[in-house]
Amino acid sequence: MASTDVVRLENVWVSYNGTPALEDINLRVDEHDFLGIIGPNGGGKSTLLKVVLGLIRPQRGTVTVLGNPPARSRSSIGYVPQYSNYDHNFPVSVIEVVMMGRYGKRGILKPYDKSDREAAEKSLSRVGMLSQASTQIGQLSGGQQQRAFIARALVSEPQLLLLDEPTASVDSATQTNFYELLEDLKKGMAIIMVSHDIGAISVFVDKIACLNVQLFYHGSKEITPEILESTYKCPVQLIAHGEVPHRVLREH
Amino acid sequence: MFEAFQFEFMRNAMLAGLLASVACGIVGVYVVVKKIVSMSGSIAHASFGGIGLGYLLNFSPVLGAMIFSLLSALTMGLVTRRTRLPEDTAIGILWALGMALGVIFIGLSAGYAPDLMSYLFGNILTVPSNDLYLMAALDLIILALTAAFYKEFLLLSFDEEFGTVVGMPVNVLYLLLLCMVALTVVVLIRVVGMILVIAMLAFPAALARQFTHDIKKMMMLAVVFGMFFTFGGLWISYLINLASGATIILLSGLTLLSTYIVVGLRNSLKVRFTR
Repeated sequence: MASTDVVRLENVWVSYNGTPALEDINLRVDEHDFLGIIGPNGGGKSTLLKVVLGLIRPQRGTVTVLGNPPARSRSSIGYVPQYSNYDHNFPVSVIEVVMMGRYGKRGILKPYDKSDREAAEKSLSRVGMLSQASTQIGQLSGGQQQRAFIARALVSEPQLLLLDEPTASVDSATQTNFYELLEDLKKGMAIIMVSHDIGAISVFVDKIACLNVQLFYHGSKEITPEILESTYKCPVQLIAHGEVPHRVLREH
Repeated sequence: MFEAFQFEFMRNAMLAGLLASVACGIVGVYVVVKKIVSMSGSIAHASFGGIGLGYLLNFSPVLGAMIFSLLSALTMGLVTRRTRLPEDTAIGILWALGMALGVIFIGLSAGYAPDLMSYLFGNILTVPSNDLYLMAALDLIILALTAAFYKEFLLLSFDEEFGTVVGMPVNVLYLLLLCMVALTVVVLIRVVGMILVIAMLAFPAALARQFTHDIKKMMMLAVVFGMFFTFGGLWISYLINLASGATIILLSGLTLLSTYIVVGLRNSLKVRFTR
């Protein structure tokens, strides 16, 4: 059924100045999928997210998000950028940041109103951050900031949530809370998360793909050392951490 | 008669200071949080080309400055967004190009250039009434644009990439913001001069930032600080007979510096005591 495809990439090619960043990517994400994409830095993970967001148009291939070209589906996509992408001293409160996620619903020249504030408060309480609504964004801890940015992505009631390196600056205890939050969220939306950190991919991810210019995707969570090796171009050891709920990847 | 004259020029000077503070307080906040201080400096200096053109073709140098600063703002915005020229290179090129044009235009114009120093370094005591009307009109435009695009400018300054993702026309808004900087340059030119404009844009806003995390309050505080600096600088320059524009800048720069020192000392003391 094509209608349940949230994301569909067919033979997608992207290159920068002749250097391929993505080669012949085929990917389908269903309504309630939680897909983890791992791969080395420079492997094209962020590029792939930008293709799904419609910020980068591929040289070849087709991209559809919720049955439309990605730029037209943007109001249904929640995007959580890499944590470090902003000025932490910026004079803005948490609730103001979350309300930015309502921009697509409100549009240019119309100020945010009461319903936007209520939606932002609802979104903040969903990630357990309502008590911090009026705090300046940079005064939050790494994990709290991440939650605030997830709240911003959720406030537009997206059907697809994109997370770029969400665990990069968060300690492992916070990571567990974070995955529990995502576990709850995936009931209502499809989630794609990219990370260069193999350990970050936990029990909550339904499917894993490996990306290093080419995509190795087998529609399941089992990753063989061979796939990892061909992704990272070097032998990789699968490491399991004891404290975090996890699934030890199958031995081969 | 002398009293009336004094009243007239003092009243104009006060009004000019007030109008300048509104523009630099509001736009300065965006300049500071969006980190486009050097870009604004470039736009300001490029306006010298327009001042020169005004002298050469015999029209108002302020009008020339407005045309040139708007053109340089648009050029700067388009060049940094559409080409691969690095931003700081573009800043340097436009900065020098505008100044060079100004020097050549003034050299070509017959005779000497009256008031040239007041355009370069400002003279709040000689602001003509006509310029006050222009400053007031530009202030109104800046206020209206800020009110209309408040949420857009906030998102543009905070997280441009997210702005694109949610479908905001970021490049157009960026050009609009740079044009507002250009208009502010025109408002400030009579008060502190085009060379010192960059300081008036940055200092009051940077000072306000130390007291609040709310961008609206930051704007209001920056306007108040701007007034304090212009009136205080004017008063000091009158007392000890110094150039008014430079005194205003010195007063604001020293105030800003001392608050940083006080905050720094307080923080290091706090660290020492909590250890």
